Amino acid sequence: MDFTLTEERVMLRDMLRRFLSEQYDHDTRQAVLAAGAPFDAGIWAQLAELGILGALFPEANRGLGGAGFDIALVFEELGRAGVIEPVLSSAILGGGLVAMLASADQQALLAEVMAGTTRLAFAHSEPGARYDLADVSISVGEGRTLSGIKTHVLGAAEAHMLVVSAREGGAAGDTEGLSLFLVPADAPGVHIAQHVTVDGVSAGTVRLENVILPETARLGPAGRAFDAIEAVYARGTLAVSAEALGAMETAKEMTISYLKERQQFGRPIGRFQALQHRMADVAMEVEQARSAVINLAGHLEAARGIRERNVSATKNLIGRIGALVAEEAVQLHGGIGMTNDYALSHFIRRIVMIDHLFGDVDYHLERFVQLDAALL
Amino acid sequence: MDLSYTAEQEAFRAEVRAFLAEKLPEQLSEKVRLGKRLTKADMEQWHAILNARGWLAPNWPAAYGGAEWDAVQRQIFEEEACLAHAPRVVPFGLTMLAAVLLAFGTERQKRHYLPRILNGEDWWCQGYSEPGAGSDLASLKTRAVRDGDHYVVNGQKTWTTLGQHANWIFCLVRTNRDCKPQEGISFLLIDMAAPGVTVRPITLIDGAAEVNEVFFDNVRVPVDNLVGEENKGWTYAKYLLTHERTNIAGVGFSNAALATLKHVAATTMSGGRPLAQNPQFAARVAQVEIDLMAMRTTNLRMVSAAAQGQAPGPESSMLKIKGTQIRQELTSLLRRAAGPDALPFWPDDLDGPDTDILARPEHAPAAAPGYFNMRKLSIFGGSNEIQRGIITKSILDL
Repeated sequence: MDFTLTEERVMLRDMLRRFLSEQYDHDTRQAVLAAGAPFDAGIWAQLAELGILGALFPEANRGLGGAGFDIALVFEELGRAGVIEPVLSSAILGGGLVAMLASADQQALLAEVMAGTTRLAFAHSEPGARYDLADVSISVGEGRTLSGIKTHVLGAAEAHMLVVSAREGGAAGDTEGLSLFLVPADAPGVHIAQHVTVDGVSAGTVRLENVILPETARLGPAGRAFDAIEAVYARGTLAVSAEALGAMETAKEMTISYLKERQQFGRPIGRFQALQHRMADVAMEVEQARSAVINLAGHLEAARGIRERNVSATKNLIGRIGALVAEEAVQLHGGIGMTNDYALSHFIRRIVMIDHLFGDVDYHLERFVQLDAALL
Repeated sequence: MDLSYTAEQEAFRAEVRAFLAEKLPEQLSEKVRLGKRLTKADMEQWHAILNARGWLAPNWPAAYGGAEWDAVQRQIFEEEACLAHAPRVVPFGLTMLAAVLLAFGTERQKRHYLPRILNGEDWWCQGYSEPGAGSDLASLKTRAVRDGDHYVVNGQKTWTTLGQHANWIFCLVRTNRDCKPQEGISFLLIDMAAPGVTVRPITLIDGAAEVNEVFFDNVRVPVDNLVGEENKGWTYAKYLLTHERTNIAGVGFSNAALATLKHVAATTMSGGRPLAQNPQFAARVAQVEIDLMAMRTTNLRMVSAAAQGQAPGPESSMLKIKGTQIRQELTSLLRRAAGPDALPFWPDDLDGPDTDILARPEHAPAAAPGYFNMRKLSIFGGSNEIQRGIITKSILDL
């Protein structure tokens, strides 16, 4: 039982926190978004240079960590600063699948991902699939080609290489029969329509039109990719849960400061008990959110049943507490909390929209019940 | 970061488990499992069993007969004891008074009172709250006036838990009225057999007389029974309240209550299927279980900080609020799981073996009384609103 970070992790965290507090604020992020750029290339290069991307990969893949607590601490800091750069899409999702499944030849790609020179994206979800990981209809067609639409592909526009899921057996909803393929973003027949999410993250819709798959495109075993997809979504869930936690910490700190500064009725509004007790509840629930992130980080390498139980428990709790923290932070700020120019708005949007990634509160509550029944 | 226990801690858990399997009488564990009421003799029997093993006073120094467990060991014992349905240890002497005596008592007081707590000669109760002094404890009015070698005590205490079994009471009394309320309070030990002490039970919402009123009418108390300095009692009381809160998360209780709830939900039929398969009920159970999973870690984070020597601080207020919310939700769900069988109030079913006249499931009799009784959790030990006030001041600095 030890809840302290190792010396290496403390150094990594402090370095990342210092870098982001010096280089990354609301105005720089807003400037990137206003320019229509999906992310800041300079920041991205520095994150890679500082070893932040490498810290998300295990030593077996020549990374610097890759354990649950590495992911948790990196993403908590990214969340604390409100970073929109494509770390999740490239290193955790695309990179995570390559790290788990790559052949010896394909492993070379990881060095480029860790260096930040190649970016990956995972094109998996299809229209109407919501959060069902097995609801994939696109099948490998005649002459080894892919056609169809992949939606909500995080980091699609800035990716050099897509990891695309498709069927080589079974039907939509089956866990059997799913395969993964590496498809260059500029391959003939790949069309990417970029958009920005509500919380400022670059994403896209990928339309595949008779995209030809060479035999070398296959990532992992034919028809048996589901376990890796589920495992990488567990890592993604941990990443966004920790990111939400970091964003909640920022929202909490901003709100406490505001309660001390803002004067009404001749005194700081933080003197009013009606507001104090709401803020106390927020602080208490953020500690619960931190514990939930620790639980998932500590069980990320556990057996599948235990891991997934923690995935659903943590994501459900983060969704509930995230909404509470976000809504209370806005309410306690009053009107200023709703203005786009004020940094809080970015964190609020991010906290809330994370509920829409990898399964929301209701999805994971139902899943937790099902996993529990399966254990009995 | 490491969520696993050390080999020594796992060995300790195994030792505790083996002890409980061997020494916990089934007659007691069955009562606890079914939420039945424990008699004074039941509680004394369990204390004696723990005392024989040297485990009755986990956090006392060995010199006074304590086990000197660290915070993690205490947590492990609590978890295992709850899962085995052991009676809880009555905390008033063992945890609360002992903490104050060990920190502020004279050597003579320690040598005299502590052994008597261990061997069961003395049963202590707590004289804090008064009819006019609840959350605003410092406004208490029970007076102690010095008269030679004695204090003469007049006034009334209330909500005195298990005071009907006690022969001693530790009291906060007013010894100075000409100063700030907090600065005129003293900590006094009073023999309940002394002339002028009257105990009157209060029947609560669950039909049981768990708490009492205690009246003091010109009760003469030797000055030797003062703990620490006169008019410094508030400091000791605050120290005690912090101590009271160290185990306030009640994670062990919640673990056991969740296991019971899931068992009941799986074995109670509702509309042709187990209640556990009712999506609404299953969702509520799952949600409280998810909260409890996080709570276990929140508690261990604070326990392990305490094990490294950090005193329980204002964070324990968070444990108190969240821990009691979870425990209350669990009792609420157990009440609903009992369905119409929760309706009949049959005190005999709570004090002894079930009467078969009602033919209801074994957990039904205590379901509603247990729910009503547990409303106390968010009221006592500093109400949850008082805890929010502590968080506001100490953590948020508002």
